[in-house]
Amino acid sequence: MTNATADTLPRRRRRWRVSASGTVGLAVVGFWLVMTLAGPSIAPHGSGAMVGSEILAPMSREFPLGTDYLGRDMLSRILWGARYTVGLALIATLLACAMGVALGLFAAVQGGIGDAAISRVLDAFISIPSKMFALVMVAALGSSLPVLIGTVAVIYTPGCYRLARSMAVNISAMDFVTVARARGERTAFIMREEVLPNMVLPVLTDFGLRFVFVVLLLSGLSFLGVGIQPPAADWGSLVRENLEGLRDGAPAVIMPAAAIASLTIGMTLLIDNLPGRRRSTVEGH
Amino acid sequence: MDAVVDVRGLCVSTRDEQGADRLIVKEAEFAVSRNAVLALIGESGSGKTTIAMALMGYARPGCRIAAGSVRVGGTDVLALPPRALADFRGKRVTYIPQSAAAAFNPSRRIMAQVVEGASIHGLMPRAAAEAKAVELFRALSLPEPGSIGRRFPHQVSGGQLQRLMAAMALLSDPELVILDEPTTALDVTTQIEVLRAFKKVVRERGTTAIYVSHDLAVVAQVADRIVVLRDGEIQEQGATDRILVAPQHAYTSSLLQAADPTLRSFRQADRRGDPGPPLLEARDLVAGYGPAGADGRPAAPVLTGISLAIRRGSVLGVVGESGCGKSTLARVVAGLLPAARGRLTLDGEALAPGAASRTRDQLRRIQIVFQTADTALNPARTVARILGRPLDLYHGMAADRRRRRVRELLDMVRLPRHLAERYPDELSGGQKQRVNLARALAAEPDLILCDEVTSSLDTVVGAAVLELLDELRRELGVAYMFISHDLSTVRAICDEVMILYAGRKVESGPRQTMSMRPLHPYTDLLIASVPELRMGWLESVRPAVGEGPGKPRYADAACAFYGRCGLRLEGTCDRRAPETQRLAKGAEILCHRAEQELLAGQAERSRTISAPVTVT
Repeated sequence: MTNATADTLPRRRRRWRVSASGTVGLAVVGFWLVMTLAGPSIAPHGSGAMVGSEILAPMSREFPLGTDYLGRDMLSRILWGARYTVGLALIATLLACAMGVALGLFAAVQGGIGDAAISRVLDAFISIPSKMFALVMVAALGSSLPVLIGTVAVIYTPGCYRLARSMAVNISAMDFVTVARARGERTAFIMREEVLPNMVLPVLTDFGLRFVFVVLLLSGLSFLGVGIQPPAADWGSLVRENLEGLRDGAPAVIMPAAAIASLTIGMTLLIDNLPGRRRSTVEGH
Repeated sequence: MDAVVDVRGLCVSTRDEQGADRLIVKEAEFAVSRNAVLALIGESGSGKTTIAMALMGYARPGCRIAAGSVRVGGTDVLALPPRALADFRGKRVTYIPQSAAAAFNPSRRIMAQVVEGASIHGLMPRAAAEAKAVELFRALSLPEPGSIGRRFPHQVSGGQLQRLMAAMALLSDPELVILDEPTTALDVTTQIEVLRAFKKVVRERGTTAIYVSHDLAVVAQVADRIVVLRDGEIQEQGATDRILVAPQHAYTSSLLQAADPTLRSFRQADRRGDPGPPLLEARDLVAGYGPAGADGRPAAPVLTGISLAIRRGSVLGVVGESGCGKSTLARVVAGLLPAARGRLTLDGEALAPGAASRTRDQLRRIQIVFQTADTALNPARTVARILGRPLDLYHGMAADRRRRRVRELLDMVRLPRHLAERYPDELSGGQKQRVNLARALAAEPDLILCDEVTSSLDTVVGAAVLELLDELRRELGVAYMFISHDLSTVRAICDEVMILYAGRKVESGPRQTMSMRPLHPYTDLLIASVPELRMGWLESVRPAVGEGPGKPRYADAACAFYGRCGLRLEGTCDRRAPETQRLAKGAEILCHRAEQELLAGQAERSRTISAPVTVT
């Protein structure tokens, strides 16, 4: 009996070790998040202000990132556009993940007919090509922020659901969930307290990945002209409206593209290096 | 004496989080002479597997062979370059892991995997390798040696897989075979067959072997010499008979003592024989999986016609091999698997079959404790939170009372209070099992269903947990249903014992009757199969009849045990299901044979059952 205290395993410190590339990712994503909030207030000009005398001007002291096809300050345009690109994508991804995880948890913990019904309906959604679906929705309902957010959220919910459900099914088969059932816990408690905490990390990783896809989809829609409508502009529409500058290598077309690239790459670096709690493997006896 | 294996000053180190080296094997020195079997024995974490791996020049990720020399057949293993090492492994030294089921690739045929090593090393043409494999299958007494290689791993039993693994290891005629706990995951009846096959092959082929195990009784059957390990240090080594009879080290003695449940000092006397109605009663339970048929029986029945009664404060032991339905019984009682037919009552009140339709108070009064504490505790929650939940749910305790009660519960299961803020993966196996038990106690139940609670623990730790269970029963008056595959443990701590075979209750009665003849033939087989702590036991056991555990082949009409029964009556046992009969010793058995016939059949056996466990 006395040796019960002696065989305590050493307490491991839960340290958050972030690698160099993870730090870079964190810095880039953090920078754009700050710009999303503070961008408009630090932008030198208004989003629609025609300030330059020259169109598609190269970089200069007055216009650090040149001007666009109407002579507007590109730096200001990108800072204002961050609000659409990052903000919209963030809201849409949060919605998609929240719905997907909630449904996935419910399906896995409940099982049976509920699981089958949710799974089949969402499978049907998966079979619709995402861009096509977005185009149809925008064509039918017109382009507005709520429509864009709703469409993107619906498109990405099934994927998130699949992932959440498959993880939750494995966790629900563990003994501690069985104990909770035998204890008489409600489904909501099991979902929230027993299953969810054990799948937070993969869900976060998935969130980051999906955020990248959403940014690209929204930028793509804007590039096609069905996303954010002028005079407002996200980075995708900035690329599109300045496309004629491509021949001259104008920063007006390169810079928004670089902004999209930096955000998505930064996010990928960050999620690849999310600190995971590594569980020690126990020696077999 | 020409030593095949010579280990000198072997040290293996691992690096902890602070970056400091820590030795997990310290200065190990031993030698194995030709045609001898050496056993490395110790509890989990004693470094026995690490040493076995080092003999192949291998250290697991995170470990490093820090010092010393390992010579196998004159080769300095640790000095070999990687390419030579790859050639050395699998050809001159082979390894049989604990779980053959995990070591075989499920999607390839057995023969292809058995000869794979020989073909990688280019030892012999494929046809020759296959012929040799068949010869080994025969030597290992595998059924249908000519064609078993064409099956897939899931088509043979666990014991057969373990022997096929041995065939794979022996195919290249290695100088050394390392067996790492090869029978630990098997049932006792299967273990005998595998041990017997191993021993025969090792003797016939003059193989030098190292046998890694935690089980002294098993080691006593196969090893010539024993090395006792603890925390990476060799405590004692010597010839098997010397170690068993005259251990010199205190640790060896404690291992010997823990291995023998009859030596444990359980207080058996003052069982509160509460004469009132039983706490839990079950009548003719039928349960299984799949949709119910026209007669109300499920498509795949697991339990058939089980009746039982547990009195307040008493312990019912449920024993059987894996797959006999003992865990299913616990799930049925807990309401996790609703019974298809039959009746459950708790204190005379009917219990709904499913947990969802039981009252909260009924749920509180029956708690279940699972075998693997690793998966039974939510890894994302602290001990305090895990223990606090039943307090909140059943007793509606406020936060500060809950904290006090958690501390009391930790005291009750003999855990230090500061563990309350720990996460489960920061605890050792024994500690986790105690937390697991404390969670059940938090509900203040009348009945705890213990499903193999000590099976995954080391003998010494397991014995401490058993002692704790016994103490709690005396202090709190809680009753247990103690499920185990280990009859000797059950006999030591239970009041009543029930033996399950293929989902049927074949024998039940008070504890003492399990060591009195006549026994049900299956009980008899189980008792005879528990390894004894003496050399030569394996040879004295009569080989079992039939094909080993599995699905009953003679369907519903016959006695489920017919295929393996030593006393079967052709024409009766394979035609009609047996009826329950009451024996003079006070037990009930499910058998066609009359009491006198059983008695005569069992007296004939060469081996005698050890004297009945004395009641103190």
